[in-house]
Amino acid sequence: MNKRPIRPSGATFPNRSQRETPHKNPIKKPPNRLRSNPDLRSKSNLGGASISKVNKSARLKAWRRHHVNMAIDSLARLLAAPFGSLMTWAVIAIALSLPVGLYVFLNNAQLVSSNWDGSAQISLYLNEQVQDSAGRNLTQKLQMDSAIAETRYLSREQTLAEFKEFSGFGEALDYLDDNPLPPVIIVRPAVSGIESQQALVSRLQALPEVEEAQLDLAWVKRLYHIMELGQRTITALGFLLGLAVLLVVGNTIRLAIENRRQEIVVVKLIGATNAFVRRPFLYTGIWYGLGGGILAWLLINVSLYWLDAPVRSLASAYASDFSLIGLSLRDSLLLLVSSTLLGWLGAWIAVSRHLGKVEPS
Amino acid sequence: MIQFHNVFKRYESGHEALQNVSFNLKEGEMAFLTGHSGAGKSTLLKLIMRMEVATRGQVNIDGINLNNLAGRHVPYLRRKIGVVFQDHQLLYDRSVYDNVALPLVIEGMEPQDIGRRVRAALDKVGLLSKEKLTPIMLSGGEQQRVGIARAVVNKPPILLADEPTGNLDPQLSSEIMQLFRQFNAVGVTVLIASHDLDLISRMGLRMMELSQGGLTRSGVTA
Repeated sequence: MNKRPIRPSGATFPNRSQRETPHKNPIKKPPNRLRSNPDLRSKSNLGGASISKVNKSARLKAWRRHHVNMAIDSLARLLAAPFGSLMTWAVIAIALSLPVGLYVFLNNAQLVSSNWDGSAQISLYLNEQVQDSAGRNLTQKLQMDSAIAETRYLSREQTLAEFKEFSGFGEALDYLDDNPLPPVIIVRPAVSGIESQQALVSRLQALPEVEEAQLDLAWVKRLYHIMELGQRTITALGFLLGLAVLLVVGNTIRLAIENRRQEIVVVKLIGATNAFVRRPFLYTGIWYGLGGGILAWLLINVSLYWLDAPVRSLASAYASDFSLIGLSLRDSLLLLVSSTLLGWLGAWIAVSRHLGKVEPS
Repeated sequence: MIQFHNVFKRYESGHEALQNVSFNLKEGEMAFLTGHSGAGKSTLLKLIMRMEVATRGQVNIDGINLNNLAGRHVPYLRRKIGVVFQDHQLLYDRSVYDNVALPLVIEGMEPQDIGRRVRAALDKVGLLSKEKLTPIMLSGGEQQRVGIARAVVNKPPILLADEPTGNLDPQLSSEIMQLFRQFNAVGVTVLIASHDLDLISRMGLRMMELSQGGLTRSGVTA
């Protein structure tokens, strides 16, 4: 920067600051605009094969500089047309916040349902030889177990009566000489979570009086299926709306390419590589994606804030201190990273489809 | 430097733009390409820049055979060729400075070197004081000179010009031509397509005339 090239016209431009104010440095010129005798000798390497041989590290530096410049330039272009950019960001944000919002909802539903584990039941089918009194004793004993909330004993007669009532095979049973049903203890576990309940089941199974212990998983399974359905719905929605983001970004970039067609032609004519031409558009896509992701994150958090009060009062009506959980740091980062990637990918698709068609002719 | 061997160019429309064109422009030579409009001048220049590919025959630029030059190498070929376009091909939303700097930015030159080179080029065409203006604020002749500055800023070994004096008055035209001679004097191979026969004849340089796609005359003008 300290080099002071002495210029043939007598003008010196020692540093950048002066480049900004060339007019303060009056340049004396001969009357002929195209001076017949510019000091060509000082630039005698003008001709010949003096293509600047840029070495590798300098090239890497230039490459990085162009990346930084294009990142800033493309962001500046987006901000220069704030309304149009905001529209694109909003479309991306809405498309993204739908599956992400559903995901948050499902997370909360899972949290709520894990509080319902109390309604699970374990049925202990006792040996047929176990007498009523022994069965009742065992029931009393189990009641003391800290893992068990409640027990209920059903004698063989009671199970038969229940079976007759609920199965619809009642009359068929009349033809049997003997009651085929064992006595049963219904256990409501005090522990929650499928794993600890399974552990309780295997402990109960080991009791000598117990022929078979069965965890009534029907509702758990049903809930699990619903959750899985929900997750798949989210995956499908996420896929579709991710595709929508790709198309939105792709189309926006296509228009940007169309708008800068002349510029692309010119830089291609003077030796720009495809990567060079592509770069500003890819950064534009990245900014669209990132901006859309941030906006989606805001949308979801504002909605959660808005829903929090009614959810709290609903929960307190059920004597629960449940409150909505939002996006974790990991989820938030995942949202931003994937939206940025989607923006980049959409731009890439548009660029590879349309940039090739812009050729000087 | 620029070699054509029996080059034919036929467009998809069936139009035969060039027929059996052969010539050799040596390094450091300067020549004019004349002919009526539609005679194939632009096609010939496009072949040199690899904007078009010869249908038959061979085009060699600086020892590179353009017939089998992969697309990804084309940008590097174009960096060796400074081109002055008839319609200037400037970016009208950028300053004169940025327009001239473009080839250097594409090459990835250091910003401080870019400033030095751009000013050297602008100084040579006499537009140093207008670096901050946009091309739209300049006259046609000045825009042409911005185009020339951009063509030479990265010191290419070859300089092409397509009707560089197309719509300039004789005084400006001869100034522009003098400028090309100065570049030629330092070793740049220069090829200028022009139909300004008056001007060409006064220059006393090699002239090639195209007529209906064929090279009909090749010699030094008086």
